Parts: sequence; C-alpha cells; structure tokens
Amino acid sequence: MTSLPRTQHVIASGLVAAVGIWVAYLSFTQEPADAFLFPRMISSVFVVLALFTFGKAVLGHTKVGNGLDRQSMANIAPGLIVALIFVFWAAKSLGFYTASTIAFFVLLSLYDPAPHGAASSWIKRIAISAGFLVVMYGLFAKLLNVFTPREIFF
Amino acid sequence: MEFLLYFGDVFTPFNFGLLLIGTIGGLILGATPGLSPTMAVALLIPFTFRLEPAQGLILLGAAYTSTVAGGAVSAILLKIPGAPANIATTLDGHTMAQQGHGARALQLSFLASAVGGVFGVLLLIFLTPVLAQWALAFGPSHLFWLAILGVTVIGSLDSSSVVKGLLSGCIGLWLATIGFDDILGAQRFIFHSSVSGGINVIPALIGLFAIPQVITMFAKGRRRLNAEVLAVERHPIHKAFREVFRRSRALSIGTLTGSIIGLIPGVGGQIAGLVAYDQARKMSPERDKFGTGHSEGVIAAESANNAMVGPSLVPLLTLSIPGSPTAAVLLGGLLIHGIFPGSDLFDTNPDVAWTFSHSMLGGQIQMCIFGLYVAGLAAKVAQVPIAVMGAVVLGLAVFGSYSVQNSMGDVYVMAALGTGMYFLERFGFSAAPLVLGLILGPIAEANFIQGSMIANATSSMGAYFLTGTLNIVLIAIVVLSIGYSVWMELRHRRFITKDDAARKKEALS
Repeated sequence: MTSLPRTQHVIASGLVAAVGIWVAYLSFTQEPADAFLFPRMISSVFVVLALFTFGKAVLGHTKVGNGLDRQSMANIAPGLIVALIFVFWAAKSLGFYTASTIAFFVLLSLYDPAPHGAASSWIKRIAISAGFLVVMYGLFAKLLNVFTPREIFF
Repeated sequence: MEFLLYFGDVFTPFNFGLLLIGTIGGLILGATPGLSPTMAVALLIPFTFRLEPAQGLILLGAAYTSTVAGGAVSAILLKIPGAPANIATTLDGHTMAQQGHGARALQLSFLASAVGGVFGVLLLIFLTPVLAQWALAFGPSHLFWLAILGVTVIGSLDSSSVVKGLLSGCIGLWLATIGFDDILGAQRFIFHSSVSGGINVIPALIGLFAIPQVITMFAKGRRRLNAEVLAVERHPIHKAFREVFRRSRALSIGTLTGSIIGLIPGVGGQIAGLVAYDQARKMSPERDKFGTGHSEGVIAAESANNAMVGPSLVPLLTLSIPGSPTAAVLLGGLLIHGIFPGSDLFDTNPDVAWTFSHSMLGGQIQMCIFGLYVAGLAAKVAQVPIAVMGAVVLGLAVFGSYSVQNSMGDVYVMAALGTGMYFLERFGFSAAPLVLGLILGPIAEANFIQGSMIANATSSMGAYFLTGTLNIVLIAIVVLSIGYSVWMELRHRRFITKDDAARKKEALS
C-alpha cells in the first residue's frame, strides 16, 4: 500500500471511530437509561470494530478499499459542488424544477464529452435539459401531484 | 389452493399495464451500466405512493425481475454487465456476439432467465406459506436474533472485509435509533432538525444506493463510453427454444444453484451467476469451450441470476428479514404502504402477498417476450452518455426523496447519507449491511425490549436470549457465518500474498 491511501485509510477509519466513540459516549451518558439500552449495546460493538479498523489502518494492514486518487477527486469536485448547491440551497430558493434544470444543464456541460466549442453541442445540451424539465414536471407535478414550495418557474 | 383466487388480480387492465411498464422499464434500466437493480427499484418507490399496495408491489417486482435479466443485454452486446449479477454472462455472451451470434445469445439468455425465474417464483409461491406457518413459533428473542442474523450475514458475506461489513451494519443499526424512542419518547441522537422524526427509510435507501453511483459517474470525468454495440442478426426463436432445452444440464444447474443461493440471506445474484457458471463448466463434457462463446455458459449464468430473484424474497415475506439489498428496498416499499411482512402477512393481507407473488410469475413471462424485442433499444439506451445518466439519477433522487413527505429534511438526509456512503465505499465499507441495519434496527430493538420485559418477569436476560434450541441455532448461524467469512477472507489474502510473492520473484529473476 502506498503512503497516500494509508494516510487516507487512517483518516477515514479515524473519523468512523470518532463517530463510534461519540455515539457510545451519548448512549452511556444520556437519560433515561432504558431508552438507551439498545444503543448502548450497538455502540459497544461499533466502538470495538471501529477501533480495530483504525488500529489496522495505523499499522498499515488495511487491504480493502482503494481510497481516492487525485484525478478522481478532481473529476468529482465540480459535480459534487454543483449537486450540493442544488440540494442544500437552490432547490428551496429557486424552486425544484428551475434548480434541477439548471443543475442538470451545468452537470451536462461539465461532464458531457461532446466538444465545448461546437454550437451544436450546446443546442443539444439545452434541448436535453428542457426535455428533462418537461419529464420531471410531468412525472412529479402532474402524475404524482407532488407539492413543491415553488411552481415550475420560480 | 387459496392462492389461485388472486391470479385474476394480476390481469386486470391497470395491473397488467403496470406489469408491462415495470417489465419494459426494468429491461431498459437493467441494460444501463451503472444502474443496479437495487438502485432502479429504490428510485421507483416514490412512483408507487399513489398506487394501491398490491399495485405498487407489482411495479417494483416487475422492475426487480427485469432489471436482472436486462443486464444481460449490455453484457452480451457491449461487454459491460448491466448489473453485477450479469458478470458471468459476459464471459460467453459477448464472445458469441463477436462471432455474429448476438441474437442467439440474447434469445438464450432471456429464455434461460424465464425458466430460472419461473422456477424461483414457484418456490416463492409454495415455500413462503409453509415457512410463514413455521415462523409463527418465533418469539421476541428469536426475532431479535433473526434481525441480527440478517445484518451479520449480509455484513460478513456481502462485503470484501468482514470487519468493515459488520461495522457498516452497526452504523445502520445506530442510524435506526435516531429520533424519538418508541416506548419512553426520549430524544436520541437528534443533532439536526431534519432527523427529529428519525431517518425515513426511503430517502435513505435512495441516497445510499443512487448517490454513490452518481458520484462514481462524476469520477469518470468527461469520458465517452468506450463500447460499441455489436450488430444483431436475425435468429429463429424456435431454434433458441430447442437449444435451451437441449442444454438441460446447464439450465438445471443454473436454476437449482440460483434458487438455493437466493434462499441464503446476503448472497446475491452476482454469486449465483458465477457459481452456476463454474459448476456448469465443471460438469460439462465440453468444458474447454467455456469462455469461447459457448451457449451453456450463458444459459447457466442467466438461469441462475433470475432463479435467485423469487427465493431471495422468501425470508422477507415470512420473517421480514430481507435476503438481499433489493429485497431490503422492497421492504421499504411494503412499509411505506403500511404492510408489515412476517408470519401473518398471508392472513392479514393475502391479496397483496399473493398478487405480488403471482405478478412476478407474469413478469418473468413478459420479460422473456419483450426482452427479445426491447434488447436493441436497451442497448442503445446503455450508450447514453454518463453525464446525462448521472444528472438524471440525481434529479430523480432529489424529487423522489422530497415526494416521500414533501420535506426538504428528507432530501438533506438522502444527500448526506449518499455522499458519506460514496466515501465510505472507497475505503471498503458497503451499503448493503448499512441498509439492512437501518431497516432491521427497529425490528431488533422492538423485540429486544419486548424480550427483556418478558425476561424480567420470568427468568434472566441471559436465560431468555441465550438458551432454547431456536435461539442457540440462530446464534450458531450468526457465529458460523462470521467465522466462515473471516476464514474465507484470510484464505483469499494468503492466496493473493503468495501470488504477489511469486510475481515479485519472477520479476527479480
């Protein structure tokens, strides 16, 4: 195992162990005790397994999981940022349909292998995004009658 | 013969239409690389909210059946398995297509899938009521151990690392305790208002299965799908029929292997296909032909992965223990309609249980008929750019999660769990045991509390939970499944280490 995945494994298993310890701490300190009987049982196993995994990662004995390489992270970052902005801010602020169409178009522009210089690629992307809006609106607003905070356009 | 009464319900125009939509949609989704059957079924759940429970399950069951079979299309024509269950199909199916026998390979795969699938569903129909009667003897301690068994079996058998699989199960069990305690009403682990009512299973399922796939698609960057759809020439269907039944050894090996593997919780279609392929090769006098475009390979693999579908639902419908990740998603679909599977399902909701089982039988036949016609279209859809697929799945995941309770909190939970799961998967954790923990957690806790009350009134906790034949058998299965998985993992590692050492020695010399 090279040093980068090893460090990553230590960080990842360390975070899981930290969550386990936090869960166990809350389970054993919160009241009423009866309500935390089952969480206490789970969190004890959780902490043991998490610390075992962390120990293995520190010693460099982790064999499973490839971690994250720079290229994949670079590829993921823009899409993930757009997706998170869409979910945590735009969907509520701009309206579901508008936000999802914008997010769809941006993601398509970011990841579509078609050349960015060609006008036909952009026309195709706009057409696909418009089609997506129509299908989603038809499915959710008309077929399923899902009430969204805002209508189709803001 | 009560079950025959409900056959007619499958063939009402509306239900039949749903079956058709589920089958054709499932075939297309199944052929799309990156869209697993579990994810396809999870994304479909929101579309069942406005349907009757039986109707919703018809749609989900048809989609489950046909996504598994649809995966063979891209496996044969593109050399990209549509789902992990179709990996074994690629070995001979794609070679057949390269040799100009694409249509024959597709016909054989759909016919073998239908034979295997029908056998599996018949097992589901005849075995479920028997097991349901047997399950009536289960008390709280047994149900507690069964829930734990469901998590540990999937955690240990379905994961590449036993410890990380079990740890994922623990995370799921903990997530299930978030919210208000059912008995005392105490607040537990409510760190954000979005989870004050607990974690809703449907958004969690959508997030855990769909979002990691979306991020994986992002990770590929602006890459074009580098696969060419092989041309499909005409091939008379009657010849394929004759060939499937002439290869009865491969067909029966695949069907039986798939059915048995399907009954074991945690062992999925991927293993069924590969084990059946391996067994068919070992028992075939033409074993040298396997891997060179031999029809027996396609028949064994495809009959196995579809034969697995029906039996994988037996533990779900009788004991409410999902046998596979897709069965866990179906359990979510049942719960959302207020249907609680278990030993009394066939007494309380016979219409739902029987209509669902029978619809899967109808789905297998439809899948076989339409599979052959939809294959060409499905292969074209499989070539849709990754960017479009990722964006569509993200949109469906957001809208689907929101539509559960018209709540943004569910969307946040879906996104947070999905993003977290992607990163956990990169480090060897897996979604299936986490989902099982999340779904079985409330069952385990409720029975644990009920059992501890009985134990306090009658005997000690230890005596109630750890003694009695059934308790001991269940605990033994938990321990054996973990022990077996640890042994397999260590053996696999030793093999890899030896292999590495040999390779290094060779390089040095």
